[in-house]
Amino acid sequence: MSTQTSAEQATEKPIPPRKLALDFRQYGILAALVAIIVLFQVLTGGRLLMPGNVNNLIQQNSYVLILAIGMVMVIIAGHIDLSVGSVVAMVGAVAALAINDWHLPWWLAVLVALLVGALVGAWQGFWVAYVEIPAFIVTLAGMLLFRGLTLIFLHGGTIGGLPSEFVAIGAGWLPSWLGTVGKTDVLTIVLGVIACVALAVLQVGARSGRRALDLPVEGAASFWGKISVAVVAILAVCWQLANYSGTPIILIILAVLIVAYSFLLNRSVFGRHVYAMGGNLFAAVMSGVKTRRVNFALFVNIGMLAALAGVVSTSRAGSAVASAGQNYELDAIAAVFIGGAAVQGGVGTVTGAVIGGLVMGVLNMGLSILSVDAAWQMAIKGLVLLLAVAFDLTNKRRGGR
Amino acid sequence: MTDTDPILRMRNITKDFSGVRALDDVSIEVARGEVHAICGENGAGKSTLMKVLSGVYPHGAYSGTIELNGTEATFADINSSEAAGIVIIHQELALNPLQSIAENIFLGNERSKRGVINWDRTAIEAGALLAKVGLDENPATKIYEIGVGKQQLVEIAKAMAKDVSLLILDEPTAALNDEDSNHLLDLISGMRDHGITCILISHKLREIRRIADRVTVLRDGKTIETIDMSSPDASEARIIKAMVGRELNNLFPPHEPRIGREMFRVEDWTVHHPVDTSRVVVDHAGFTVHAGEIVGFAGLMGAGRTELAMSLFGRLWGTGISGRVFKDGLEIRTATVDEAVSHGIAYVTEDRKRYGLNLIGSVAANISAVALARFARWGIIDRNREYLTAEDYRRNMNIKTPTVSEVVGKLSGGNQQKVVLSKWLVSGPDVLILDEPTRGIDVGAKYEIYGLINQLAAQGKAVVMISSELPELLGMCDRIYTISEGAVTGDVPRSEATPESLMYLMTMGKEALR
Repeated sequence: MSTQTSAEQATEKPIPPRKLALDFRQYGILAALVAIIVLFQVLTGGRLLMPGNVNNLIQQNSYVLILAIGMVMVIIAGHIDLSVGSVVAMVGAVAALAINDWHLPWWLAVLVALLVGALVGAWQGFWVAYVEIPAFIVTLAGMLLFRGLTLIFLHGGTIGGLPSEFVAIGAGWLPSWLGTVGKTDVLTIVLGVIACVALAVLQVGARSGRRALDLPVEGAASFWGKISVAVVAILAVCWQLANYSGTPIILIILAVLIVAYSFLLNRSVFGRHVYAMGGNLFAAVMSGVKTRRVNFALFVNIGMLAALAGVVSTSRAGSAVASAGQNYELDAIAAVFIGGAAVQGGVGTVTGAVIGGLVMGVLNMGLSILSVDAAWQMAIKGLVLLLAVAFDLTNKRRGGR
Repeated sequence: MTDTDPILRMRNITKDFSGVRALDDVSIEVARGEVHAICGENGAGKSTLMKVLSGVYPHGAYSGTIELNGTEATFADINSSEAAGIVIIHQELALNPLQSIAENIFLGNERSKRGVINWDRTAIEAGALLAKVGLDENPATKIYEIGVGKQQLVEIAKAMAKDVSLLILDEPTAALNDEDSNHLLDLISGMRDHGITCILISHKLREIRRIADRVTVLRDGKTIETIDMSSPDASEARIIKAMVGRELNNLFPPHEPRIGREMFRVEDWTVHHPVDTSRVVVDHAGFTVHAGEIVGFAGLMGAGRTELAMSLFGRLWGTGISGRVFKDGLEIRTATVDEAVSHGIAYVTEDRKRYGLNLIGSVAANISAVALARFARWGIIDRNREYLTAEDYRRNMNIKTPTVSEVVGKLSGGNQQKVVLSKWLVSGPDVLILDEPTRGIDVGAKYEIYGLINQLAAQGKAVVMISSELPELLGMCDRIYTISEGAVTGDVPRSEATPESLMYLMTMGKEALR
């Protein structure tokens, strides 16, 4: 129709050059995290970033971060998972039963727990992918189902007395293999340096690879600037940890997950299909993406990550309780959206979700140090979530889409 | 005011859309009690004219005058035109499937007192209206329980509940089977007994000949003529000539066909509607395409062209699909998109925003989407190679974007279309099905797309081009198939094709084939 033609012609104008605004959006959430850290560092008189608090920030928030990694992928694909909190509780119960009642070694109990998570994911994935029931409904049902099963497994009680190796997963540190200098753990510093070198080598490698193919590369100043900031941040965190109890075991697990899942989303065919489905499901189907398989895999994946979070939270608590994992799904979803994911799917990153989780974590810790009432903490977190998404949306609209 | 005065006079209506003239000095007169058909090609301005009449484009948004019953009408919106007795029934029905027939009939016009609905009155009046339109259903029946044909009757009952005096029907039979169509046409021609005048927008000349008293033909936003169907010189040929009679402009790059062996053949292809499974949308269609050949598909809206293409390509549309597909003489399966792609078939959709592109993805990610496996080893994408390939296509196809990392949604329509084409060309297809490849893009970009299509044919690919624009088909294709009501009604070589001969085949209906 002629109306169509005229509308198209109206958009036919010279394309403006790429603006800095886009970069601001990308780093906006990081800037928000830095701002919140500085704010609470000042308000708490420097107590926020004391070694013990940095350590606790990582250990206390680890399970939410693990859940956020799985959740961001589900949300990019256009779904949601409300069941992860209940899965955390149920898997924790299964792991504790496996150790105490079935007398399995702790590592086998962990494997059993992950397997249970995969089965839970396959169950939910089946309904979402093959019966095409909206994930909201499937996982709402799962939330009730798995919480109920948890109560049945635990007979309403608690299973405690878990072995120390198991407890170390969530609440322990790497041994001081390289000794200490004064009170500082050498291993932690060495690991930090290795991480920095690995980061620099990989980035420089990728950059020279692009240059060899005559592809556009980032300016040297901004490239080295970003690497320097990252190196300083990594070393600062490691220094604080080294002066407390060393490297938390969970930090190693988290680092591996973040690197692996970022790679999966950015570089793999699977990851690309997830973004394509969230961006335009019809177009993905018409391009030959096997959407059912992708959906099924996404739920198996988040099931296993929820199981891992269940192992971690049970180990940190030292016992399995029926009320474990309550509201974890909401924390994970909030982290993902604070981290810049789009409600309608297609947009989001693993690092964004992790930073979003840390924003919530810093907020929790800062408010706790200031002895703000728990009720107020909850209210403030709610407002932060709302404002973060509102900021992101208005920003996008101003961006012209 | 007497009965011989026209009910409606629209005079010198002109309507622009940001510089494009959709209606140019259109005048039309509708006599009281007649069935007045309006016909014209896709884009001739029929829908725009009806939107002006029904107040969708309010008074002041167009120039010219509307006279209803002898007095000037200045509608501000649909509500004011409805208050004056004008009701329009759109091609896509606007009923709520989960509510009952009676609730739908009185939606927004409830039989109520101080906000409380009188259900007895609602049921009684609904029953009376259903009797008038000849629909034998309980008013309490939900809309989703009745077929499209009956839903169309509910729309008419809904219009009558508003005391309609001028009823506009936009392609009312486009979605109906033959039996329902016939019933509806009888109902429309009997409307004058209820004191209702009808304006019928239709592509189907058979229908027009059957029930219209007069026909006004629009072309390129202008009134061509009004033909009295009872006069001896009123013929389908005359209507067709009025619809298409325009000069072919020299808008097409030259194309020297080098036609090779047969590459793609479809036999006996039949597709049923996915919801109304009794409706045959594609009816025993068959066609062949040779290497290096550009074959056109001409058909009016609703003829089943896109449905044919989408059912062939991975059965993305329709149910009850039967028929055989051959590639290079061997029968192939195309039941999934994967299978179709693996046999070298590409389908470039007519609705690029809905089906063709991830608008929030980058140009590079869209271009690589179909053939992603080629850029990956062990499931890991080589993004540098992906970027370089996208760059090649950006240069060769002249896609105007600062970089291929740009988000596709920011590109203009013509450039988006080039991205969709690129994405399919990366998959290295032998057979390209292009559905409305130049819809909604400007003349310059159209010329570029035509050039690309010629290049593809010159490379020995088989090209199928579906288009609503006859000049485009006549300018580009070596051979043109016509489709009417889901059946292939003609196979015309370029040398023999004229707009008139094609339009005749496009409007003949499948009845004539039997």
